[in-house]
Amino acid sequence: MPELTYVEALNQALHEEMARDEKVFLMGEDVAFDYFGVCSGLADRFGRDRVRDTPICELGFTGAGVGAAMAGYRPIVDLRFMDFTTYALDPIVNQAAKLRYMLGGQLSVPMVARIPSGAGLQYGATHGQSLEAWFMQVPGLKVLYPSCAPDAKGLLKAAVRDDNPVMFIEHRLLYAQKTKQDVPEGDHTTPIGVADVKRAGADATIVGIGYQMGHCLEAAEALAGEGIECEVIDPRSLSPLDVETITASVRKTSRCVIVEEGHLRSGVGAEISAAIQEAVFEYLDAPIGRVAALMAPIPVQTKLEKFVLPSTEKVIAAVRKTLGVAA
Amino acid sequence: MAKSTSGLSRKRMHEMYRTMLRIRRFEETADDMYMAGKVVGGVHVSIGQEACSAGVCAALREDDAVLTTHRGHGHSIAKGTRLPEMLAELMGKVTGLCRSKGGSMHIADVSKGHYGAHSIVGANMPMAAGIGLAYQLEGKDRVAVVFFGDGASNNGAFHEAMNLCAIWKLPVVFFCENNQYAVSVPAEYSTSVDDISVRSKGYDAPGLTVDGMDVAAVYEASREAVAHARRGLGPSLVEAKTYRFFGHSRGDPHYGMYRTKEEWEGWKAKDPLIVCEKMLKMTAKDKKAHADAVEAEIREAIEFAESSPEPEESVALEDIFA
Ligand SMILES: Cc1ncc(C[n+]2csc(CCOP(=O)(O)OP(=O)(O)O)c2C)c(N)n1
Ligand SMILES: [Mg+2]
Repeated sequence: MPELTYVEALNQALHEEMARDEKVFLMGEDVAFDYFGVCSGLADRFGRDRVRDTPICELGFTGAGVGAAMAGYRPIVDLRFMDFTTYALDPIVNQAAKLRYMLGGQLSVPMVARIPSGAGLQYGATHGQSLEAWFMQVPGLKVLYPSCAPDAKGLLKAAVRDDNPVMFIEHRLLYAQKTKQDVPEGDHTTPIGVADVKRAGADATIVGIGYQMGHCLEAAEALAGEGIECEVIDPRSLSPLDVETITASVRKTSRCVIVEEGHLRSGVGAEISAAIQEAVFEYLDAPIGRVAALMAPIPVQTKLEKFVLPSTEKVIAAVRKTLGVAA
Repeated sequence: MAKSTSGLSRKRMHEMYRTMLRIRRFEETADDMYMAGKVVGGVHVSIGQEACSAGVCAALREDDAVLTTHRGHGHSIAKGTRLPEMLAELMGKVTGLCRSKGGSMHIADVSKGHYGAHSIVGANMPMAAGIGLAYQLEGKDRVAVVFFGDGASNNGAFHEAMNLCAIWKLPVVFFCENNQYAVSVPAEYSTSVDDISVRSKGYDAPGLTVDGMDVAAVYEASREAVAHARRGLGPSLVEAKTYRFFGHSRGDPHYGMYRTKEEWEGWKAKDPLIVCEKMLKMTAKDKKAHADAVEAEIREAIEFAESSPEPEESVALEDIFA
């Protein structure tokens, strides 16, 4: 199996899907120039019609993506920063999510919105948000968020093939990662709605979302050194959410911490926590812990940004708390 | 394209030259600091575009407002923003204008009528309309100027804001710095018109394209647009043709990726500082007097910023209200 970085895995998925189906095309700001490497080689290979630079008009090009999807194409729109999806919320929330249902099934909207997200680069309050919980609130949107190269490739390919709108969330710090992982070649897709157990353990369950998976695995490694074995679960798909895999783990461990980069209030963790207590309340030995961004906009200053965001240390502390053990 | 008529006083020209030099040196300093790892977050310099900032703000009163973009150091300085506090903000110090929480992309100095750099492209234009609305409601003859790029003129926010200002006759000047590119995307490709100023016609407002490398031309066009707004006649759209000598942001080279060396050199030859020096027939002594004064100011800003403390963590939770 070839070893790829996160960016290379996304890039390979795009190459393969565009080659497989000529109805697939990509549009967004600077996609031909390719700032982040994800779109590398696409414009040269598939031409500017299918790898289409747009003006700075998130409403316009996302709406156009919905329209092209209604008319039989499979557009991928690149929103570059999750913060900019605010301009594109009408076509996403009111149109893409609703049309199939509202028109009584006459058509569907097979559009993928690629949404790089996240903080950690000191870009501040308008260039570092994690708003995935917003999309989970909307019936009619699938929400995927891969944390590693193989899932990135497999889920992006699955998203492109899905007949319905998919919010495909990426993280800029994952772009920066140079570590390579085995990524299956060829027609490998990762099923949507299936969580993955990234590490097995019996003492506590950690559910980690997207980029925060790295902190969760580091925390699990550190805690293993103290004899605390964590099971680390990556939902990968936030909507639909694989509640069974999570609750099966909690049945075993009786303790759970959920880690996300979005803000705490009404976040992904709130939803997962509610789902857990509904399903396996009697198995829980402690309140479910949540690690998330503090309820503050993301500040630019490095130290302040760190203070606001989740970290390995915060995950470790939350696991200790749920186990009732001191540091 | 409108050129200057050179009817300006030498005093005014020298003032604008000084402003341009202050911007140039501040941004060169910011860039040096960035390279030295002392600047926090993203920085977009406007080197090459200084005539726009200096020319527009020279036509404004202290109680007028400006709103700017991610590329806003120049507008900030020209409107009177304090250099030491601005550099401190870039360097993540608690003495910064925004207590280190905004950074370069969100510089503001409200006490100077600077309502902020807004890094979501297009966001500043509807807000400018709102500030204009407030001025109109107050019955004051104040004016708001909103700076934006060629790229932003393709955003719905521009068109909605222009229309609002036009139907309500709001005292707003839309000042578009057409530096030919939005990151890598050429305006020639992304924009439906050659001169962005013609878009004013759709809103029945005056539009003018000026040479953005000529500070006198920018000043004259701005003076007219500002006077129009102040008289209660509504918005204008001024487009300045200009060029950024640096890449979009750090890490983006000056040329060679999406801009050719020839194109870059052609614009470099029109450096607004050199154009102004020629117009004023400046002597070496004149230049040195300006340079010395600016260097002293820059040194003071560096000393202030370097010696300022970082914030305590609790600053992250200040100004939280919901
Ligand atoms: C809504 C939104 N979309 C995209 C971006 C990313 N972005 C930042 S600057 C920029 C280019 C802006 O071009 P222009 O308006 O011409 O200003 P310039 O950078 O040339 O000064 C883009 C696309 C953004 N900040 N906000
Ligand atoms: Mg531009």
